[in-house]
Amino acid sequence: MATVVDSPHARAPVQRSRWQKLHANTKLWRGIMAVICALVLWEIGSRWDEWVGFQLPFVGLIPPPTDVARAWGEVIFLSGYWESWYLSFKRVLGGFLAAQLVGIPLGLLMAVNRYFREIFFPPFEVLRPIPPLAWVPASLIFWPTNEMSIAFVTFLGAFFTIVINVLGGARSIDIRLLRAAQSMGASQWHLFSRIVLPGTLPSIFTGAAVGMGITWEVVLAAEMISGGGTQAGGGLGFFIWNSYMGGSLEQIVVGMISIGIAGYLSSSAIRYLGDLSMPWRRMF
Amino acid sequence: MDQRVSPKPQATKGAISIRNVTKIYDPEGVNVLAVDDCSLEIGAGEVCMIVGPSGCGKTTLLNAIAGFHSITLGEIYLDGELLCGQEKPLSDQGADRVVVFQNGALFPWKTLMDNVAYGPIVQGVMSKKDAREKARHMLAEAGLGDVAEKYPGEVSSGMARRAEIVRALINDPKVLLLDEPYRAMDALTKSIMHEALLEMYDRTKVTIFFITHDLEEAIFLGDRVVVMTTRPARAKKIVEVDIPRPRDYHILSSERFRTLVQETKDAVHEEAIKAFEAGERELA
Repeated sequence: MATVVDSPHARAPVQRSRWQKLHANTKLWRGIMAVICALVLWEIGSRWDEWVGFQLPFVGLIPPPTDVARAWGEVIFLSGYWESWYLSFKRVLGGFLAAQLVGIPLGLLMAVNRYFREIFFPPFEVLRPIPPLAWVPASLIFWPTNEMSIAFVTFLGAFFTIVINVLGGARSIDIRLLRAAQSMGASQWHLFSRIVLPGTLPSIFTGAAVGMGITWEVVLAAEMISGGGTQAGGGLGFFIWNSYMGGSLEQIVVGMISIGIAGYLSSSAIRYLGDLSMPWRRMF
Repeated sequence: MDQRVSPKPQATKGAISIRNVTKIYDPEGVNVLAVDDCSLEIGAGEVCMIVGPSGCGKTTLLNAIAGFHSITLGEIYLDGELLCGQEKPLSDQGADRVVVFQNGALFPWKTLMDNVAYGPIVQGVMSKKDAREKARHMLAEAGLGDVAEKYPGEVSSGMARRAEIVRALINDPKVLLLDEPYRAMDALTKSIMHEALLEMYDRTKVTIFFITHDLEEAIFLGDRVVVMTTRPARAKKIVEVDIPRPRDYHILSSERFRTLVQETKDAVHEEAIKAFEAGERELA
């Protein structure tokens, strides 16, 4: 019988220092170089008019990164800017978490119970194709405050994606795993908690990652639409809209990049949580 | 492997009696007769190999014993107790008949040790700590001590399959139901798996119901090889394998082994041709 040590599948762990690891991380360095190159090209493109004498299409209209950085340097001392971050994040997280809290149980229920699925799936499928932004006017009328309308639309943005992912994930669990568990004497509850739930986790996180992206899209659009009003002001969406009204091109770009960073932070957090709760998936 | 004990097991449990079992799929509709009046006596501690053309109803029989599918007519007894019959077409699923599936069905989100410990924990017969202790011990016995903490995705398919058999054996089953567990494995891994299985068998003397397409595997492992007819399945021929245990791969080149394989092959070939012609008739 083959012993484990002889097995070609056993890998010897290589010990490296932290610095060596960082140094050897070609993926990271390549990524940093790519961003720097993009910024340099952008700078050249934007300044083409100054330096060469005629304007390049598209990129020539965008303020160069150095100007944007200067505008950013001014903006970070304004409390309004950080309040925009705070407000947008609050809305995204609120809508996103609410969608998870309602969506995951609903998806699981539809997956495990045939009657529940047959009753709730058809109306769900009719509502699902409606884009979240199409709900904005109705929710502005329906909900008493703008803030609540934004929260509702944000919720919808993530909700449908989450449910459909959880449902699909739970339904596609390998029947052999369920049967194996049953043949070892698992009760219905154990089948659910130890097979269906962990088996659905990957889909839950896929749904969360996609849902998070949609939530950001929806929040910003909703913030722009609802405007700065007295009840529901601020947010990064409003920040951009305000910059547009004020004619500050640099600040528009600042707002856009801020959203990019915010989205990146959010999806990194989800990836991190995913790795944490699914250790069996981070082996290679 | 040398100190394998006497061929005739002192097993006292795990006698399966299949009496006049008939299975018709979809009684209202197209009426596919999968198993027709099939009778088979499997002694306690016997290694019974089931071979036959593809789609002949071998797995249907296994599913009936395991309690995944009901039977239409007949009875199946385990140690004199009725598993399923006219009154109760679907047998209860239980840890006394554990299934090892084609392509493996370890839970990917559990380490090998937790996979093995699963049965005793969900049945509530052992504390979590005791179950893991025992799992670790049994894995070590099967030569998997070093990979006990690994996830199934991190080990070779051979190791995974061995762990799966350990996972079945920890429940101290009366019967091990194997559905082509070593399909699609290379010949070398397969022969290692065979020796490992024989070793575990000699230790436990569990009754083995083993479905396979590989006739050499059937003769090498089995006490008896049951050749099934093409659909509807019935026991066509039973080949008594009178090669003494312990067996090792040297018997593969013995005259007796070759004769038995040829004998089985002739029977299977006849049925395969019938199955092929029946398929052509269906198409015509």
